[in-house]
Amino acid sequence: MLYIKCPYCGLRAQKEFSYGGDATVKRPNINEEVSSEDWDNFVYMRKSPRGKHIELWQHIAGCRQWIKVQRDTATHEIFQTAKVTEEIR
Amino acid sequence: MSQPFRLNKEGLINRNKKISFTFNGKKLFGYEGDTIASALIANGIHLVGRSFKYHRPRGFFGAGVEEPNAKLQVEFNGHSEPNVNATEMELVEGLSATSQNCWPSVNFDVGAINNFLKMFFPAGFYYKTFMWPKSFWYKIYEPFIRKAAGLGVASIEKDKERYEHKFEYCDLLVTGSGPSGLASAYAAAKNGAKVILAEDKPRFGGTLLTDDVSIDNLSGKDWAEKIITELKSMPNVTVKNRSQVFGYYDHNMLVMFERVSDHLEKKSKFTPRQRLWYIRAKETILSTGSIERPIVFGNNDTPGIFLSAAVKEYMKVYGVLVGKKPLIFTNNDSAYETALEFKKNNVEPIILDTREEHSSELIDEAKSKGIDIRFSHGVIVANGYKKVKSAKIGKLNKDKNSFEKIETVDCDCICVSGFWTPSVHLASQSGNKLKYEEKIDAFIPDKKKQHETSVGAANGSFTLEESLKHGFENGSNLSAKITETKTEISIPNVNEKKYGAHDKFWCMPLPKNENPKRFVDFQNDVSVSDIEIALREGYRSIEHVKRYTTLGMATDQGRTSNLNGLQLVSNIENKIVPEVGHTTFRPPFTPITIGTIVGREVGMEYMPTRKTPMHEWHEKNNAVFVDAGAWKRPRYYKLGSETLFEASKREAKNVRENVGICDVTTLGKIDIKGPDAAEFLNRVYTNAWMKLPVGKARYGLMLREDGIVMDDGTTTRISENHYHMTTTTAQAANVLSHLEYYLQIVWPELNVNVVSTTEQWAGAAIAGPKSRDMLSKLYPDLDVSNEALPFMGYKEAEFFGVPSRIFRISFSGELAYEINVKSDHGMFMWEKMMEVGKDFGNQPYGTEALSTLRIEMGHVAGPELDGRTIPSDVSLNGLVSKKKDFIGKNSLGREAFNVESRQKIVGLIPIDRKSSIPEGSHIVQDQNAKLPNPKLGHVSSSCWSVENNNPFSLAIMKDGKNMIGKKFFAVSPLKNKSIEVEVISSHYVDPEGKRVRS
Ligand SMILES: [Zn+2]
Repeated sequence: MLYIKCPYCGLRAQKEFSYGGDATVKRPNINEEVSSEDWDNFVYMRKSPRGKHIELWQHIAGCRQWIKVQRDTATHEIFQTAKVTEEIR
Repeated sequence: MSQPFRLNKEGLINRNKKISFTFNGKKLFGYEGDTIASALIANGIHLVGRSFKYHRPRGFFGAGVEEPNAKLQVEFNGHSEPNVNATEMELVEGLSATSQNCWPSVNFDVGAINNFLKMFFPAGFYYKTFMWPKSFWYKIYEPFIRKAAGLGVASIEKDKERYEHKFEYCDLLVTGSGPSGLASAYAAAKNGAKVILAEDKPRFGGTLLTDDVSIDNLSGKDWAEKIITELKSMPNVTVKNRSQVFGYYDHNMLVMFERVSDHLEKKSKFTPRQRLWYIRAKETILSTGSIERPIVFGNNDTPGIFLSAAVKEYMKVYGVLVGKKPLIFTNNDSAYETALEFKKNNVEPIILDTREEHSSELIDEAKSKGIDIRFSHGVIVANGYKKVKSAKIGKLNKDKNSFEKIETVDCDCICVSGFWTPSVHLASQSGNKLKYEEKIDAFIPDKKKQHETSVGAANGSFTLEESLKHGFENGSNLSAKITETKTEISIPNVNEKKYGAHDKFWCMPLPKNENPKRFVDFQNDVSVSDIEIALREGYRSIEHVKRYTTLGMATDQGRTSNLNGLQLVSNIENKIVPEVGHTTFRPPFTPITIGTIVGREVGMEYMPTRKTPMHEWHEKNNAVFVDAGAWKRPRYYKLGSETLFEASKREAKNVRENVGICDVTTLGKIDIKGPDAAEFLNRVYTNAWMKLPVGKARYGLMLREDGIVMDDGTTTRISENHYHMTTTTAQAANVLSHLEYYLQIVWPELNVNVVSTTEQWAGAAIAGPKSRDMLSKLYPDLDVSNEALPFMGYKEAEFFGVPSRIFRISFSGELAYEINVKSDHGMFMWEKMMEVGKDFGNQPYGTEALSTLRIEMGHVAGPELDGRTIPSDVSLNGLVSKKKDFIGKNSLGREAFNVESRQKIVGLIPIDRKSSIPEGSHIVQDQNAKLPNPKLGHVSSSCWSVENNNPFSLAIMKDGKNMIGKKFFAVSPLKNKSIEVEVISSHYVDPEGKRVRS
């Protein structure tokens, strides 16, 4: 079971979180024209990298904040966590 | 009642307390502190089971977790448990054990014929034989395998025992209380670290209980006791026996299995049987020790053949002799200790040592005691069927592949030692890639991936001095990093015997023309020749050899067989062992009960039960409940002997004719506040929200980004910047997360807050033509006329003195209202409604009637919004704004969403106006068409229309409304029904929606 550091609450068990997908995906702006290709890429296309991956998790049984988690998809090592407004590089 | 193999004094058992038990129906006794194995051996019983494939007689081989053979069906404390390891299970009064895998009895087993047909049972036998003809599989092969290959029998009774889960954290977890574990725990405890010390066995001390050593002038056992006593007195230390750490998971999460009360005769009702510990450790010390491995020889599975250290443990811990005429077969010095222990108990052993004549401290001692030692000797084959009677032994030539001399000697047990294998399971599970240590012919941990450190024998150090030193050092250093305190501890003086080098000898050759079975894996009956066949047939990867032969795949995980198997493969392949590699170690280290994994999450505790504030009233009034997620909702209120069908029809009819009330507390409710709330709703919902006035509700539809309908519900503007959103019961949690996602990640610039208020409000719907009359009685001072409170209107008013919210919204399609009060007032509201409603023919109605009402009105719900439909599929395109952007809008233009023939909602009635159409039925043109019959759609919801008094269904169907007037068949192979239906509008009742506005 992963041990995830919520930037608001500290280290918590995976049980308290729910997974929310790739954190690097950016939704096209609302009320702006978007090409079909860009829209399809946003809705459907995801990379499935082996190794470092920045993900969204929600601290669903805690502060309910969505957070960013940089995790190795093969080893489950977590390198960094951050608020969604912060950058992970 | 004498025990022929019990020593007079030796052992740590409590001789003052006799325990009676039965084995295969025979009454026996042992002592408190015995295992089933030690008690049986004390009674001279060795034949306890039959082997898996050949049904060969099997006895005990080890004295703990390494045991491959002695798995029994055990009944105690009123339950029956299969595959219990006789060498681990402690004896309790009244326990009854029986042999498994034998029929009709362990002494006469019909399946043993397999042993004489062994040429038909080679490696891969199951794969080869049972593959064809295909039709034989279910009728002949599968039942045969089940009968022949069964281990124990799982109970079909409900498990009445209590199991628990516990979550714990610590600075240092120590897994094993042998010398290195005790030293590590002690050093860390002295540094102030929070320590958990786990020992699998009932007694602490590991090898200190059986080895002839002294530490600071105390015997090993006394020193262990002293350290444990001190550890137990420290507040920062938790010491647990009967507790096995069996799994090493991500981020230093370890899982421990504690056997809390199986050994107790009496226990309180609330004492759990077993407990599962989830331990998050900052650092872990793996002091799991090592397991002796056997030397392979002919008929090495005969009862009476033991690992040498197990024999010593039976003498020193249990005061039990495994035999009185022992042969000791070894390639190293450790078995000499077993020989000396025999000698001490006046039994004369013969030592067969594969090494050439040499001397060491132990060999010299054995010689001086007059023990018969035969160097360059080994056991070729054991004789005896149900118990070893003699052994053919051979003097090896220098090449160790042929014999100088062969003779037969009498014996009643053979104690075998092929050196020691570190228990690296937990290290390997943690991600540690192991390395092969030439010096000990075994794998030890290498580079760590997690915070684990192996010490002592688990790390390949087999001397006490080294183990203690490693333990103290690592325990101290690892904990000092955490506590930032370092207490100096002087390493104690150790007195132990020095071992000479072992012989890298693992398998006895066979003389020409002799071909007895030589087992590598006892539990799965894998012999040397099976592995040879696998390699001959082209299996190379050790993982493939494992699966083809089933080597190491039994419940003992190959603890005594893995390395010998690897040696054999490497010999045949002419490779060195590290090139062959090892198979993967996986949790659990030993089998654990399903009950422990489940813990308290059974029955009512499986998941929380959500009850509305009116639940008790429903119960008292014969409500039959239905699960809606975790909620309990009244499905119908049973009057007399009514069926579900009759009751729901009555309730629905009463709503159409008079008035009914329904508990709608379970609907999701989300409070939305902030200056940008309107803008946010405008983006979340498909319809327009910017102009909704205060005091008005609106029906809204929300989509996922892929254009599929996510949920629907009404949202009411309570005040300028305050909205009250409702969701369906099922989607409440998802919708909240969805809103939070957009507010936190996508549009953080919007100043809006959302919070779930589902449990803050109790809700009741009042529906039916007389609902306004009833409402006016509930609110005598309020103007509830159609003008003052129109459809989609909202008012706040006192309900008999308690604050309430009145929404004029309708799910039933009738004139209807929904009243919300604070949860604490829910029951008060409901009872008042029942009281006032009497004059209007009010009756409560459940979810079944509610479904009927919404289906015949053509209102969509979960079965139509099934994650595949877009708004136009369910006739809700009127709610999709063309002017503004919203979540999912861009997807609605996709080609497949806009083809004319897309499946859309319609209504169906049976031609005979009588036959109910099963939900899930497929709609087809021709009921007799050849399969696969082209499917035109499916029936999503069905009811008995109370308005028209005949069945009515909603369906999602190709070409949608264009099909109206046509006839099809609704077929349900599941119910074996085919019903001719006619397609009509999905709005079967009041298609203009006049009633809700009346
Ligand atoms: Zn949090």
